[in-house]
Amino acid sequence: MAATDVSTPDYYHKVVDCQWACPAHTNVPGYLRFIAQGRYDDAYLLNRESNVFPGILGRTCDRPCEPACRRGRVDEKPVAICRLKRVAADHRGDITDRLPRGATVKNGKRIACVGAGPASLTVANDLLPLGYDVTIYEKNPTPGGLMRINIPAFRLPAQVLDEECDYIIRMGAEMRYDTPIESMRALLAEGYDAVFVGSGAPKGKELDLPGRWDAPDQVHIGIDWLANIHFGHSTAIEPRVLIIGVGNTAMDCCRTAKRVGATDVKVMARRGRKDFKASPWELEDAEEELVEIVENHSPKRFVVEDGKLTGMEFEIVEWKTDEKGKQRSTVLDTTIIPCDAVILAIGQDNAFPWIERDIGLEFGDWDMPVVDRRTFESTRPGVFFGGDAAWGPENIIWAVAHGHQAAISIHAHCEGRDLTERPPQGMTLVSAKVGMHSWAYDNDYDPSLRQKMTHEELTKRFSDIGVEVELGFTPEQTAHEVQRCLNCDIQTHFTAPLCIECDACVDVCPTRCLTITHNGSPVDDLREHLSAPALNPAQEIYVSDALPQTRRVMVKDEDVCVHCGLCAERCPTAAWDMRTFDLRLPYAGRDLVAR
Amino acid sequence: MSSIKKPPVTHPSARTNALGLKLRDYEGTMSTLCAGCGHDSVTAALIQAAWELAIPPHMAAKMSGIGCSAKTTTYFMKQSHGFNAVHGRMPSVTTGAAAANRDLICIGVSGDGDSLSIGLGQLCHAIRRDVNMLYIIDNNGVYGLTKGQFSAATDIGSRSKKGEVNTVPPIDPVLLALSLGATFVARSFSGDKQQLVPILKAGITHRGLALVDVISPCVTFNDHEGSTKSYAYTREHGAEAVTTDFVPLRREITIPETDAAVIEVPMHDGSLVRLRPTTAGYDPNDRASAYAHVRACQARGEVATGLLFVEESLKEMCDGLGLPQEPLVNLTHEALCPGSAALEALMERYR
Ligand SMILES: Cc1cc2nc3c(=O)[nH]c(=O)nc-3n(C[C@H](O)[C@H](O)[C@H](O)COP(=O)(O)OP(=O)(O)OC[C@H]3O[C@@H](n4cnc5c(N)ncnc54)[C@H](O)[C@@H]3O)c2cc1C
Ligand SMILES: Cc1ncc(C[n+]2csc(CCOP(=O)(O)OP(=O)(O)O)c2C)c(N)n1
Ligand code: SF4
Ligand code: SF4
Ligand code: SF4
Ligand SMILES: [Mg+2]
Repeated sequence: MAATDVSTPDYYHKVVDCQWACPAHTNVPGYLRFIAQGRYDDAYLLNRESNVFPGILGRTCDRPCEPACRRGRVDEKPVAICRLKRVAADHRGDITDRLPRGATVKNGKRIACVGAGPASLTVANDLLPLGYDVTIYEKNPTPGGLMRINIPAFRLPAQVLDEECDYIIRMGAEMRYDTPIESMRALLAEGYDAVFVGSGAPKGKELDLPGRWDAPDQVHIGIDWLANIHFGHSTAIEPRVLIIGVGNTAMDCCRTAKRVGATDVKVMARRGRKDFKASPWELEDAEEELVEIVENHSPKRFVVEDGKLTGMEFEIVEWKTDEKGKQRSTVLDTTIIPCDAVILAIGQDNAFPWIERDIGLEFGDWDMPVVDRRTFESTRPGVFFGGDAAWGPENIIWAVAHGHQAAISIHAHCEGRDLTERPPQGMTLVSAKVGMHSWAYDNDYDPSLRQKMTHEELTKRFSDIGVEVELGFTPEQTAHEVQRCLNCDIQTHFTAPLCIECDACVDVCPTRCLTITHNGSPVDDLREHLSAPALNPAQEIYVSDALPQTRRVMVKDEDVCVHCGLCAERCPTAAWDMRTFDLRLPYAGRDLVAR
Repeated sequence: MSSIKKPPVTHPSARTNALGLKLRDYEGTMSTLCAGCGHDSVTAALIQAAWELAIPPHMAAKMSGIGCSAKTTTYFMKQSHGFNAVHGRMPSVTTGAAAANRDLICIGVSGDGDSLSIGLGQLCHAIRRDVNMLYIIDNNGVYGLTKGQFSAATDIGSRSKKGEVNTVPPIDPVLLALSLGATFVARSFSGDKQQLVPILKAGITHRGLALVDVISPCVTFNDHEGSTKSYAYTREHGAEAVTTDFVPLRREITIPETDAAVIEVPMHDGSLVRLRPTTAGYDPNDRASAYAHVRACQARGEVATGLLFVEESLKEMCDGLGLPQEPLVNLTHEALCPGSAALEALMERYR
């Protein structure tokens, strides 16, 4: 096997599992160390650099970082990364002085954004400091997109949302509320230098079964119903409610229903629990609120008697995997479950009735615009898409990641540069050694288990839809939880010419990551013949240059390295060193961001 | 020294041995030796060997004298017995322990200073008596603990860190042991666990005294150019005479039958040591040829390694002394202390 190249950012970036998994590549271990030091402002701003909405995301993020977290591979449960982000946000002081500012000198370029969701706001955040005029058209009277009208206030208080939207708006975004864009042609005619479409995926899916239209007042589309509750157009629901679908929207619908009058709420799922779309923690939260989750019930028809919905009929199904590995259901029975209202939460579609089809902006499969995955540009130069509008519903952190990339493209477009030439990522790698046996990080292993979030008591939560359920971590919980982080960004960095092959590192490693062996076997073979077998193919194997004394190589399986630094402490020659890796992400107009 | 304790996490594949113990259950406290000390690797090899042999920790006694090497008994098998004797006196204390309890697995760890200077007499008599023990010499050619003075194992011409040249002839523990009738004599290198671990396992299983001289470089005082006990020198001059494979009782033998050069030595407990000479004609069962080979290597400036001589002894010390099979601790008070009438009768025999 060839020696591993650690000179480009990707190798070490991948070791920081959470950062690699985060669509916006948030420097998680970096901000957790700031929290550990009580430096909440720094923690907040480091977050904001990449994910723009730390307070919002600290409560609502889909957290792809957590299933990726290394801690979960050595200790069952990952670090509570997301809720620690909230700690940084909740405890920050006044950081307005340290936020990016809108440019005082304008560059004369005008950008229009459609929709004021996280995608558009991120574009504005990145472009305003560069001197762009950014106008955001929003059909609603407030900014935030689905974060405001669909994510219920008991999960995301309005004040948190307001603050973080305001940081951007105050940089000088021109907000046109209550202004739906009804024609792309007309918008383009206004002569903007670029248009960003961040209009989301606003259409809830229908369930056209028999009886659907016989009692329309009692059947709701989930995302519309949540918006109606948000705007106060609707303030109550009947006592017995069935939610169809078991994704994130379903979870918000069932919990909201519980707060506006429903007493008996059932979430009806077609499949078994292991195939649910909702995250496990969302299911837990719903069940804690006495919502019943019913598996393997496939909806068949709406039961309407005398123009009144009285229930819904379901097929009770069993799922089996066929020879081709596909899941197939067989019907075991049918049943009618009585109810007074049904909420459909089976997904969202995009809808672009306002984009003419003859303006050079191509639509492809499923009537979706054709958008370049790297540049976010449509087939009409100067028109960009991002967030849920680009490729269908995702989540906030993806919308943010898209926004950053689209801003880079828009900036290049306005400067007449090639969009496909993406600015590279950079890195710095600095020794973390600060003394004989001291490091710029706390390398001791904290055996604490994942801290459990405390929730508001049930009666209090149901008293007002705006009562936030999660109370946040106590200072003690925060102190433990940050120490659970293994500091994966403090990298084990190896310098082969220094190694005397004494085996000290191999011997001391608690998780048997290291092996000195003869090079020659293909990597799959090598994986099986290490100090401990490298079981996780998703994790890299590091192979050094030939060692001076025997021409053997140092091999490291990254999988369960706990970054304890003992290899470096026991190495007599500093061939192993612990080095702080800092990924430098490019943003529009700032090729490499220094911290 | 390290700043932290080893994190209490293990590799997800970590297996348990026949006793349900994981490798890390055989660890001791964190080493306080210099980073890179060969002795720590010997410790790691011992941990590996003890785990693979599934030694019940409470049945092992870790014995040592004084020196960096002697400190290492703290760094493995934290649940075992241990005794830190005065300088050079590990063999006699071990002799007592082995006599009192035949079931104990005695693991003695000594240094070249501890065993070849102040404790040389003790070593010689332990070999003569064939005390049932593993006797490891962590041989770094210096007194590490007292900051690097030449030891009795320093070769002629080897230079100290400050440049002095040694002119006094060394004592080679392997030749010494062969000439004193040792029944198990091996030499290995701390930087070669593939060789060391099977030798340690065979040595622990051997009935009688198993002497293992392990070249174990002192990174701080004897790893420079001009030293004949450095990592680099040992790697360049090591000459393996024989490879060792330890086949425990009940394990299926998977080594190809065609290998004619393999010599099998059955151990008293039914396990097997398979030796494969890498030097043509080498016979690890023949004391005289082993002696000659080690001398010949020495003359060529090579360090002969491997399990150089083995003779599964029929009578270790306790057998020779006619001691009871039962550990003394299990005997009744009456058996241990038969009373004045019995003493009288005994005395009568000599009158
Ligand atoms: C019930 C529910 C709960 C969710 N919970 C979470 C969660 O906990 N965590 C998470 O990460 N994600 C969650 N999501 C997903 C997340 O809200 C979206 O992925 C994200 O908001 C998408 O951002 P966006 O900027 O692309 O679009 P949106 O947030 O959808 O914003 C689009 C905006 O464009 C406006 N608009 C649309 N068309 C026009 C037009 N023609 N003219 C002017 N304005 C227009 C809309 O009014 C809206 O304000 C949830 C979604 C739903 C439905
Ligand atoms: C009776 C007595 N004499 C001398 C000493 C000083 N002393 C301590 S360790 C040591 C030599 C240790 O050398 P070695 O056995 O080779 O161990 P190493 O430290 O090299 O592993 C000496 C002479 C002592 N502790 N006790
Ligand atoms: S930091 Fe070094 S010693 Fe610690 S787990 Fe990783 S490789 Fe092993
Ligand atoms: S501790 Fe250092 S010198 Fe020794 S084998 Fe490991 S990397 Fe090489
Ligand atoms: S002085 Fe030498 S023998 Fe002693 S611990 Fe240090 S390296 Fe090892
Ligand atoms: Mg010594």
